[in-house]
Amino acid sequence: MSDLGMFFGLLGAAVAVLFAGAGSALGVGIAGRAAAGVVTEDPNKFAQVLILQLLPGTQGIYGLLVGFITLSKIGLLGGGDITVSLPTGLMILAACLPIGIVGLISGRSQGECSAASIGIVAKRPDQFGKAMLFPAMVETYAILALLISILAVSNIPV
Amino acid sequence: MAVVDMQKISICAHRSNRKAILETLQSLGIMQVVIDDLDDPELMKMDTADARARFEKNADLADQAIAVLDTYVPEKAGLLSGFSGKKLIDKEAYSHIIDTQTDIMAEAREVLRNEKAISECNGNILRDENQIEALVPWMKLDVPMSFNGTKKTAAFIGTVSGVCDEAALYAQIREKAPEADALSVNVLSTENDSTNVFVLCLKEESEEVEAALRAAGFARPSQAVSGVPAREAERCAADIEKQKAEIAGLEEEIRAKAPTRGDLRIVADYYRTRAEKYRLLGTIPQSRNVFFLEGWVPADSVDRVETLLTTRYNAVVEKEQKQEEEVEPTLLHNNKYSENYEPVLESYGLPQHGRVDPTFLMSIFYCFFFGMMLSDAGYGLMMAIGCFVVLKKCPRMGKGMKKMLNMFMWCGVSTTFWGIMFGGFFGNVIDVVAQTFFGYTGATPILKPLWFDPLTQPMRLLVWCMLFGLIHLFTGLGIKGYEYLKQGDVVGFVSDIVAWYAFLIGLILILLPTDLFQNIAQMEFNFPAFVAPVAKFLTFAGMIVIVLMSGRANKNWGLRIALGAYDIYGVTSWLSDVLSYSRLLALGLATGVIAQVINTMGSMFGGGPIGAILFAVIFLVGTVLNFAINVLGAYVHTNRLQYVEFFGKFYDGGGEPFVPFEVKSKYIDVKEEA
Repeated sequence: MSDLGMFFGLLGAAVAVLFAGAGSALGVGIAGRAAAGVVTEDPNKFAQVLILQLLPGTQGIYGLLVGFITLSKIGLLGGGDITVSLPTGLMILAACLPIGIVGLISGRSQGECSAASIGIVAKRPDQFGKAMLFPAMVETYAILALLISILAVSNIPV
Repeated sequence: MAVVDMQKISICAHRSNRKAILETLQSLGIMQVVIDDLDDPELMKMDTADARARFEKNADLADQAIAVLDTYVPEKAGLLSGFSGKKLIDKEAYSHIIDTQTDIMAEAREVLRNEKAISECNGNILRDENQIEALVPWMKLDVPMSFNGTKKTAAFIGTVSGVCDEAALYAQIREKAPEADALSVNVLSTENDSTNVFVLCLKEESEEVEAALRAAGFARPSQAVSGVPAREAERCAADIEKQKAEIAGLEEEIRAKAPTRGDLRIVADYYRTRAEKYRLLGTIPQSRNVFFLEGWVPADSVDRVETLLTTRYNAVVEKEQKQEEEVEPTLLHNNKYSENYEPVLESYGLPQHGRVDPTFLMSIFYCFFFGMMLSDAGYGLMMAIGCFVVLKKCPRMGKGMKKMLNMFMWCGVSTTFWGIMFGGFFGNVIDVVAQTFFGYTGATPILKPLWFDPLTQPMRLLVWCMLFGLIHLFTGLGIKGYEYLKQGDVVGFVSDIVAWYAFLIGLILILLPTDLFQNIAQMEFNFPAFVAPVAKFLTFAGMIVIVLMSGRANKNWGLRIALGAYDIYGVTSWLSDVLSYSRLLALGLATGVIAQVINTMGSMFGGGPIGAILFAVIFLVGTVLNFAINVLGAYVHTNRLQYVEFFGKFYDGGGEPFVPFEVKSKYIDVKEEA
């Protein structure tokens, strides 16, 4: 039974890294296509559009963050003898769900938003500060999900 | 820390001093010229389009010549050359170079002529190469391509479709033209689906042979070469050599012009400045003898401008009253530290006149929050020292860049501070190195956090983050209150500011001692007994004032109360604003944890020399990546906290930036006389 607990704990880490990472990959990809288009027209805007492209990349990092905390929680990273009971494993899985799912959806949405902001920079480069803000709005919800995931994972007694 | 007062002035002077006055104003760069529509038939505008176009064209020429020189003789670019900014030229050297502008422009034209000649040569080389390429299949031919026979014979040089050998083609022709005995067929070369041939026959049989060849898909070669292919190819090759030699010579000539690059830059900027002057000159109203100029000048510079223009050029300078519909341009003035944060404010929107310039307060919070989000002493030191070195090495860098680097330098200092507080130095690199390479087995962490470790006590940090957020938001509300008081609106101050303070503080004091909050925060608050009734009083007093007063613009009391009640609902926006500061915790943790992941990955190869090398590589690459992405994150989210949460409480921008008439240079700055 203890193995099954470990399995669900690991599944939690996987869910966090996998979905949040996939969201970021989608988002950065969407924004990257828009950025490449702008750079074709005006190579001088490279730095600005690169920053906008990178904005949806944070969800993947949040997923990694939760994944890492989870792995050290269940003792896979140099923790030694920790037995994870089945209920604990399931709890860890549940704790990982917010950042996984919100990371996926917000990463993608933030990518679309970034692409639109890259459009702002293409036409009005002086409005970079404002353009940067719209994708950052989407990210708020990834941060809230991250917060709950971190608090939940670190407060589950093992 | 304020918006600089602006004074509108009007200048009237004799036309003979027109250019001198404009030049003086341009080099001072402190006046934003306002162009009025002409309503006086006596006044007219001068057409300066030609002069302006001439200067712009010259500036363009010089720029092009500089670009050519940069291609052929690249300047040695240092590591920091991107920051080095414009070169400083003293006035005497400047005017000396301007005196020789015709010579310098002649050099520029020669550079461009040489460049054009080079591209022509390159075109010739390309043409020759294509020619040689096209001749390759015909190389075996030892008669000219245009050869079509002797007195008795007829020759066919061309291509038939399909790949075939001599015997097959011979048979094919003989089949169609049986009487053509004297027939010679030579295959010169074969290609994918065609064969290049040379066919010779008697003249009287040429028609039949030609018909037979046509049936085999014969066509004469498309390129119009007449000579013997081998000799033609030789000629082309020789021509290529010649063109190459010519290019080398031209390049040498361009290279010889490299020393004029500095002068070219100076004249390019000179022409640009002139063009700008003529642009303005074309817009100002003038009569037969005098001209008029109106514009905004910072109030403390008015006297300086006035004395300068009246004594030197006999101009009349008058202070004008601001008209109702006119908007003064906004120029900010802040202390040495806070002025570095002005670009952050500018990208949101400048304050209007009569409103508060929040740069100073924002600069303090900005630095503080940035540090909390990055919170790693190693990264902080990297940032602070890196920015400091660049700032010291390149004292002449552009203003915007200088402000940005200064800002990041201070943010780096703050990051170092928070790193020490939370015990982060490149994550946990000290512990990992000690354990992996030096066999350290004692207690970790070696570098203890000065305050506490956020990874083990995230709830504690979360509560602190919200407290910092609350202070930030209350400061914003306070600024709004200050503006109310400045306008003398005491009723507004009490009902929109004081009431909210009372309401929110009361609510917080009620919330803190509850079991619910204490369980979440794992903290205990033991307030003295009198706090509870005071808290209740504050909450209800605040609430009543808000309900009664926030809809005070409405005469209808029913509507007024309803609006007030709706305003109470605004407390939810305060809740979400405060929760938004949880990003301080989340981003701070992200930096630290990813740095730890990198260190853990690096240490997986164990001790020993190979392990050490792999550790160094992984550590370096990982640190650079983590640093870059987290600095970006901290920057974006610090901006957001300022723009959305802080500015949302009191600030709406809307000011017009101050755009003075000034020298618009690209390469150099001219040192003014002391």
